[in-house]
Amino acid sequence: MEVACLQRRFIDLTATIFQQEILDSQFTQLQQLQDESSPNFIHEVVSLFFQEAEKLLNELSKALDQQIVDFKKVDAHVHRLKGSSASIGARRVKDVCIAFRSCCEENNKDGCIQHLQQVNQEYYLVKSNLEDLLKLEKQILASGGSIPTMK
Amino acid sequence: MVVCCKGSALSRLWKSKDQQVQQLKHYQPQNSKGGGNWRKKFLFLGILLGVLVSIWIFLSMNANIIARRKETLANMCDERARMLQDQFNVSMNHVHALAILVSTFHHGKNPSAIDQKTFAEYTARTAFERPLTNGVAYALKVLHSQREEFERQHGWKIKKMETEDQSPVQDDYTPEKLDPSPDQDEYAPVIFSQETVSHIVSIDMMSGKEDRDNILRARASGKGVLTSPFNLLKSNHLGVVLTFAVYNADLPPNPTPEERIEATVGYLGASFDVPSLVEKLLHQLASKQTIVVNVYDTTNSSAPIKMYGLDVRGAGEIHISNVDFGDPLRKHEMHCRFKHEPPLPWSAITTSLGVAVIVLLVGHIFYAALNRIEKVEDDFREMRELKVRAEAADVAKSQFLATVSHEIRTPMNGVLGMLQMLMDTELDATQQDFAMTAQASGKALIALINEVLDQAKIESGRLELEAVPFDVRDVLDNVLSLFSDKSQGKGIELAVYVSDRVPEVLIGDPGRFRQIITNLVGNSVKFTEEGHIFVSVHLVEEVKSSCDFSNQVIRDSEDGIGMSYNTLSGFHIVDRWKSWENFRMFKFSTEASDAINLLVTVEDTGVGIPQDAQSRIFTPFMQADSSTSRTYGGTGIGLSISKCLVDLMGGEIGFVSKPGIGSTFSFTAVFQEGRKNLGDMRRHHPDPPVSDFQGMRGLVVDGRCMRAEITKHHLQRLGIHVDISLNSKSALSGILEACNLSGAGHLDMVLVDKEAWGEGSGLAFPRLLAEFRQNGLMKPQENLPKMFLLATSLSPTEVDDLKSAGYTDTMMKPLRPSMIAACLRKALGVGSKRQREKGQAMALRSLLSGKQILVVDDNAVNRKVAAGALKKYGAEVTCADSGKAAIQMLQPPHKFDACFMDIQMPEMDGFEATRQIRSMETKVNELIKSGEASSEMYGNVAHWHIPILAMTADVIQATYEECIRCGMDDYVSKPFEEEQIYSAVAHFFESGTVDSVS
Repeated sequence: MEVACLQRRFIDLTATIFQQEILDSQFTQLQQLQDESSPNFIHEVVSLFFQEAEKLLNELSKALDQQIVDFKKVDAHVHRLKGSSASIGARRVKDVCIAFRSCCEENNKDGCIQHLQQVNQEYYLVKSNLEDLLKLEKQILASGGSIPTMK
Repeated sequence: MVVCCKGSALSRLWKSKDQQVQQLKHYQPQNSKGGGNWRKKFLFLGILLGVLVSIWIFLSMNANIIARRKETLANMCDERARMLQDQFNVSMNHVHALAILVSTFHHGKNPSAIDQKTFAEYTARTAFERPLTNGVAYALKVLHSQREEFERQHGWKIKKMETEDQSPVQDDYTPEKLDPSPDQDEYAPVIFSQETVSHIVSIDMMSGKEDRDNILRARASGKGVLTSPFNLLKSNHLGVVLTFAVYNADLPPNPTPEERIEATVGYLGASFDVPSLVEKLLHQLASKQTIVVNVYDTTNSSAPIKMYGLDVRGAGEIHISNVDFGDPLRKHEMHCRFKHEPPLPWSAITTSLGVAVIVLLVGHIFYAALNRIEKVEDDFREMRELKVRAEAADVAKSQFLATVSHEIRTPMNGVLGMLQMLMDTELDATQQDFAMTAQASGKALIALINEVLDQAKIESGRLELEAVPFDVRDVLDNVLSLFSDKSQGKGIELAVYVSDRVPEVLIGDPGRFRQIITNLVGNSVKFTEEGHIFVSVHLVEEVKSSCDFSNQVIRDSEDGIGMSYNTLSGFHIVDRWKSWENFRMFKFSTEASDAINLLVTVEDTGVGIPQDAQSRIFTPFMQADSSTSRTYGGTGIGLSISKCLVDLMGGEIGFVSKPGIGSTFSFTAVFQEGRKNLGDMRRHHPDPPVSDFQGMRGLVVDGRCMRAEITKHHLQRLGIHVDISLNSKSALSGILEACNLSGAGHLDMVLVDKEAWGEGSGLAFPRLLAEFRQNGLMKPQENLPKMFLLATSLSPTEVDDLKSAGYTDTMMKPLRPSMIAACLRKALGVGSKRQREKGQAMALRSLLSGKQILVVDDNAVNRKVAAGALKKYGAEVTCADSGKAAIQMLQPPHKFDACFMDIQMPEMDGFEATRQIRSMETKVNELIKSGEASSEMYGNVAHWHIPILAMTADVIQATYEECIRCGMDDYVSKPFEEEQIYSAVAHFFESGTVDSVS
């Protein structure tokens, strides 16, 4: 009973996540990569992403706090973040990153700060969602159920 | 002479002109105007000279004519004078003779033998001897003392001549009326006279002044003496009197004048009538009308006396000839002149005018020529200027084209990338469709721009061909798969045949070779609605020597049976021999022995090319007609590029086409034979492992032997032994026989064409087989060979019917070994388990399984994801987080089979890392090659070249080009797509497996 409930919650959650485009098909591909040989693959990747992203976001806010902003450095950070988010399938983070980079090219400090806030926002959104998702997965597995496959 | 002079002058003119022109060409084009003027001056000088020459000709000819006239006059005059003189002399001699006669017979005889009667008779009878005298008379010398006696003796008085000598003489002149002569010392009365002058008898000749002088001179000199001209008595003509003295016989020899006077006894006189004399003379001459003759006595040179002549004023020059009448005291002259004015010297006028006209004409011609030359030179200069401008424009055009195409490509890649991204977002079906259409159009545009760029590159000679090993069959299979959708959609047969004699590996430019074939096949597909497209590849030598018709496929298909021709689809095709009959390669033997001359023909049964368009088919942007592009699309640049590429490959392209029947394009290309199994050979599709099907036996059932041959050809490439049955009976018996046999004769598969003997007949074939079984000709449990249907298109109902009909599976044409292999594997259950699973993932898995792959990315997440993706396909993945780390790990010898490299990395980006890795490898390779290091030191690998694939989110062409430039082999876009990894990885690892197998 509990398993079925968990499973339904899982399905609902993934549905909303994909509907809101917090994650995209890339994430489903990642999920497909996870099999017997690498059971923790998603978890590993996601936590890597969190580490990386938080580090980058820190760097970014530091860089943008400076009197004279090194836009090249900022751009490099954003590019990394974009790459990471694209790999994990965090669509909205990636999209903001693209806009962010164009701001960097224009050397638009205000725009950059604005975009940094957006990226932060999006990041925390995806982070919370992913954490929820992973937690649910764990619970399902712990209670002996199987993770429902996404269409 | 003149002409000669002119000629040489002209030639000099020409020569100088030539030099002028050459100078112009080389040095000073702006000077030609001056040169032209100079030439014109020369010409005018020449013309002037010519005119002067003609005037000179006139003058000299005229002078010549005048001189001749004068000479003629002189000759005529002299002739007349001489004749006159001669005649006169004759007469004079006769008179002299008469004087001797008188002396002899009158004075020498006593009594005298002559009296008046005798004298008159004699003289009258001898008058013809003296044609010029009108009379002779003899006067006796009578002294005054003898007068009385004389007068008494003769019975008449001596009379005196009239005093007024010159007065006109009356007609009734009679001597009787004359007065008797007055007393004088001496008398000379006439005693004898000729009848014509009988009137002067008894007249004293001494009484006439002239006669007296004459007589005195005559007797003193002893010669004939002439009087000056005077009017003769009675006849009233101007005349002269010739007088001879008659001496008595005892005149001493060499007498003095006194002795002569003493001895004189009488005088003989003869009167000459000069006018009649001359008249008579002139009558004898023919041309008396042309000249006027006057005779003068010029004894008194101040007052010449005219003896003969009219007062007509003759014209022109007078010629004077002297006439000697034998009297030294008297001088006579003959004056001759022409009667008429000299005629105009027509010959001189015409000649000189002619010369002048010729000179002017020649001058005009030269003038016109000069003008023309000047004009041509001007035009030439203008043309050259235009040419320079045109060339500049052409260069500018090419540059412009190259620049613009490049400039368009950059934003277009942005557009395409964005479209790709747009398509990655959630779109509804319509939006997706729009985006896809936009992307397709964009790709088409890029393709077109690439073509234009190619054309520009070829035109400017900047296109260079690669020389890498490649597999012709692989290229052709690839082209075929490119068009398989279209051909299946249209329901046309598309097939390829590569002769067995074509080597597996050639060295050349596979990309460009493929481009040519793609172009030709693309055209054929575009213009063919039904029938077939058949690509065949042979060696030129093979085709050349195939006059023995040993090869079924090369053999031409004129031996059609019934309505259908022996072609791939049964449609009539053009005679393809004609498409290459003009090729150089066929006419001359090829020299290089290691060169492989391929002949590729693409034959279709399309609409054909209209006759009038065939000549410009290889001109860029020329389609058969403008409506073509509306109907079929395209720019018409493809064939032009193909032609250029074929030229670059040292080959020729040709075609033969008949509207309504089809076209066949042929081209030759020269390649080098390559060694098998070169590691870095590029492939698009992996060759299916041949060993899977080795030794199997198949039967191709097809009514059309051409098609059957091709099917057989492809199956043989897989190592399958194939028989062909052209009709159902032999096919059935073949199958039965094979079923009853076991072991070697066993049949593994039967391939039946859907249209083996006409529409749908292939589908019905298993039914025949089933009937056979029911009839008990075959044991029911006998394991039948698997049946396959070959089809170009299948409707859904037909697909449903397949299984029930007894077919295991279908193979969609065009046939390709890879596809046949996949199908056979599935049906026959051969090969590894993985290979039996469907899809590219499996193929990829088979490729990557067990491979050592290095993933280089600074981004941990990306690294993880890439590693995960590759691991999924069985690869063993090692990660590196920077370019430097990668370089260290890839220092030969190493264990890696491939490297996926991120481009944008801090410190050292992917390009730089790749460059360093490549230079490392080159060093090692050189060491091995030069023998300084044995390959054992480097893991027994003779040639180090790790495939490096770029990982990039950038899909822009420029990035790709940069990748290739720095030594990368290919690129995959992030995030990974299965298909892309497959296509990128396939051609490295396929050759890799072959390496490891061999």
